[in-house]
Order: sequence, then C-alpha cells, then structure tokens
Amino acid sequence: MSRRVVVVGAGPAGLCAAAGALRAGAEVTLLDAAEDPGGQIRAWPGFERLRDHVLGHPRCGWWPETSVWSIERAGAGAPRVHVLRGEIDAAGRDRHVLRPDALVLAPGAHDRVLPFPGWELPGVSTGGAAQAFVKGEGLALGDRTLIAGSGPFLLPVAASLLEAGSRVQAVLEANPAATVARGWTRRPWELASQTGKAAELAGYAALLARHRVPYRTGRAVIEARGDGRVEEAVTARLRPDWSVVPGTEQVAAVDALCVTHGFSPRLELPVAAGCRLRAGAFADVDADQRTTAPAVYAAGEITGIAGAPAARTEGLLAGWIAGGGPPDAPEAVAVRRRRDRARAFAARLAAAHPIGAAWPGWLRPGTIVCRCEDTTYGTLRSTAADDSAHAVKLATRAGLGPCQARICGPAVAELLPAGNPHHRPVAQPIRLGELAKPPVENPGRKESAR
Amino acid sequence: MSPVRITLDGEPFTGRDGQTIAGVLLASGRRSWRESPSGAPRGVFCGIGVCFDCLVTVNGVRDVRACRRRARDGDAVTTQSRAGEEAR
Repeated sequence: MSRRVVVVGAGPAGLCAAAGALRAGAEVTLLDAAEDPGGQIRAWPGFERLRDHVLGHPRCGWWPETSVWSIERAGAGAPRVHVLRGEIDAAGRDRHVLRPDALVLAPGAHDRVLPFPGWELPGVSTGGAAQAFVKGEGLALGDRTLIAGSGPFLLPVAASLLEAGSRVQAVLEANPAATVARGWTRRPWELASQTGKAAELAGYAALLARHRVPYRTGRAVIEARGDGRVEEAVTARLRPDWSVVPGTEQVAAVDALCVTHGFSPRLELPVAAGCRLRAGAFADVDADQRTTAPAVYAAGEITGIAGAPAARTEGLLAGWIAGGGPPDAPEAVAVRRRRDRARAFAARLAAAHPIGAAWPGWLRPGTIVCRCEDTTYGTLRSTAADDSAHAVKLATRAGLGPCQARICGPAVAELLPAGNPHHRPVAQPIRLGELAKPPVENPGRKESAR
Repeated sequence: MSPVRITLDGEPFTGRDGQTIAGVLLASGRRSWRESPSGAPRGVFCGIGVCFDCLVTVNGVRDVRACRRRARDGDAVTTQSRAGEEAR
C-alpha cells in the first residue's frame, strides 16, 4: 500500500509538496482553510497547470475550507491531525481525524506590522489585506492610499492598489537607500538564477514610475490620526536603526494606510507537532526539509521567509521525501540545488530590508500594542520590569485575545524578555458544540468535496 | 453576477456574488463594525483571517471573521463588542 501523506496548506509550498508526494507514488490529502488553492500569492507562473494536475490527480484528495485545530503527537509515528471541515467559523462543522504516514506543514506566513500610535484606527491595514481585497474582490481599500513599511512586498501591494484604481501617494521603505542598494546588488551572480524575480521587481518599479508614485527610502509612518478612521498619516525620516530624525515629520492626508514590516511565519502547527525551532523563529529542517519531529516535514515560509520561488522548491522536495521518494534521485538533487539558489536570493533581499532596533522609539505610553485587548505600551512597561513573560501576559492581557498573540506576539517579545510567542494550545478556534461531537470516520480513500 | 443582499444591524447592503462580508461592507464605504474592549471602532486589519479584528455575528452565530466568510443573499449580520462577549 502506498504511503499516505497529509499536506497542510495549498499555497506555493503546499501545492508543490502535494505534487512531489504524488510523483513519489503516495496517496495525498491536501488541506487548506480557504475555498481555493493558491494561498496568499494566488497566482504565480505555472500555478493553474500545477493546480489542475494536483487537484485532478486520482491519488489526491482535496479538502478546501478545512482548518487544523489540533495536532496530536503519536510517539515515533507521524502525528494525528485534527481538522474541522466546513464554512469558515460556522457552527457545527464536521470534525475529522487524519492518521497519515507523513505530514507536510506548509501554513505560510502573515504580514508583520510593528505597532505605532493610531495603528488600530479603521483604514489602517496590512499590505496583505490590501492585496487580498484587490485580488479576491477587485476592491481597493481606499482612494488615497499610502504604503509603508519595509521589504520588496510593498511593491506588489502598490501595483495591486494602482490596478484597482486607488491613488497611491507614495511607497515608503523604512530602510535607507544604502542598506537597500547594498542588499540588492551584493553577490550579483545570485541574481542570474533568479532573473524572473528580478524582472518582476523591475516591472513594479516601472509601474510606480508610470503612475508617478514616489518610492522613498529611509522614511516611515510613525503615527496614524483620525476621528474613528484614519485621515492622516504622520511620516518621518529614519536613521538606519529606525530612530526618528527630529524635525522631519510630515503629515499626509489619506483614507487608507497599508503597512507591512515583514512577515511572521505561522508556527503554531510546527510547535504543536513538537518541531524544534531555529533561533526561536523558524521550523528547523535538514537538507531534505525534515523537521525534528517524527515524519513531519516543513516547507515554505515557516522554514524562513524566502518567498514563493523558494517555497515551491522546498515543497517539491518535502513532498517527494515524505512520499517515500529516494533522496538521491536526480530530480531531488536538482530541486535541492534550485532551492538553495532561491534561498540565497531571499537572504539577500532580507539583508536589504532588516527591522531597525530603535522602532520602539515611535511608541508612546498610550500606544496600543495588543490590538485584541487594547493593552498599551505604558501598561506593558509598568508590569514588565521584573515579571516573567507569562506573568506579564496575565497581568496585562497582552496576547490573550482572540488572535492569540499572532499579531502582537513578535512586538511584545522584542519589547520584553519573553518566552515562546508561538505556542498556542488550540491552533484554530473550535466551538464547544463541535468539540463535543464525535469525529466523522474517514473511509481512508480519496475524497474530494468538489 | 447576481447581487447579494445582506443587512448589518438591520441596515441593508448590496454586494456581488463571491464577495466576503467585509468586502460588501467596505465596498459600500463602511470602515468599521466592531468595538474593541475599550469601545474603539475596528474593521479590517489583516484581511486574511489572522487578527480577528473584523469579527461579526452572522445569522446568530458569533465570532465569524468577516474577511473570510462569503456573503450569502439574506445574511443577517450584527456587530459585536466585547461587552456582548462577556454577557455570553
């Protein structure tokens, strides 16, 4: 009997993992919380062909609208995967328990936004939100938008908003031009293999120029203002450590502000599966994408923020190995080489867009840090002096709201000496009624909802 | 595409088939529909189901992420606040 592989996440990494496992001869169940595959990226070169191949494969079961709410470790074997199937956040979704021979985790990442005064105002969103509404619904989040933060991702966000008819006032990159240029031009030989990505970035630059949208480096949004919604953004020049240069503040009238300072990997599933983390920040994997947990593989952003091209190669390899494919097969060797090149390019981009350590200088005592609980910077500081991370959490409620510290966790961890910000006993909300219902028994055969 | 009619606290909104509840509201110019614990207005922040800022009650079921849930014709959506959560 062929190996049963469960793949969590149908973005670039997960879809490629499914393809790799199918190629190795495995029986695959591919899960995603969304209705359609593609992840946050939704479309990339070759996406449609790959989607049709994987979803139409006789050995692949496609489970859309499926959320993993718990991972149960099972000794030396692959963990059991507890899922809910049904419309998002509906009452009475069906519970299922999957018992695979190998598990590939490819949950991806979400935008990381550093707190600043006023970031909780309606109209302030992540770049990912702006991107999602344009791509999903053709909707621009505002007519007069400002895009700020750090990283190459700001460019496709600007492109999407322009495409949807928004007047983008500017794209503000917090890092100084010298840092960005050093990262982009160092080791040019790495660029040769990633010309697709480089051409994509050049295309965005040309689009901004055509629409006369300035791309300004060394400048950030340090405050959002407005009565019940964002009306103004205060921007300022930053030093390389992201401290504000006094007297450089400017006020821009906006009705939407899109901010992204990088990405947070979605680590709750690897942590629940018992995977060791690398530097406390990413799932640690070996050369074959194997984690330290038995029969658990990881691919994509949870192993390091490296973008879709790296995620696709990691997924292919993880799926191939998880499906029982020989590690020394010529295609595995080739994929490893492509993965290493994609990672090197990503490391270069990351070096061009670091987060400056002096960002907490933007904060005031009344600035909200935890959006769920309205916990302010002042409250955090007053309790943090001599308490453990856990005590701070209980005293201030920071990180105890519905998002379970997904948004504020990294910021709180930098503001305080913290424990593991990624440990969440329940990976996704489950209603009590759903918990009380026995799981649906799976025949273990191919099963597709559509 | 057929129109989708929903209500938010009784007020009618019309969107397009396939839009999320948040998308229908945003496209009509509505920016916020939830209150934070201190009573401040909140709307869409992450847009991909991570931040839980956009929670609404849909046809009596609480805590539905408006940015992820497709609007269905006839959905009765109501706003919710932390006060309501505590009363639960």
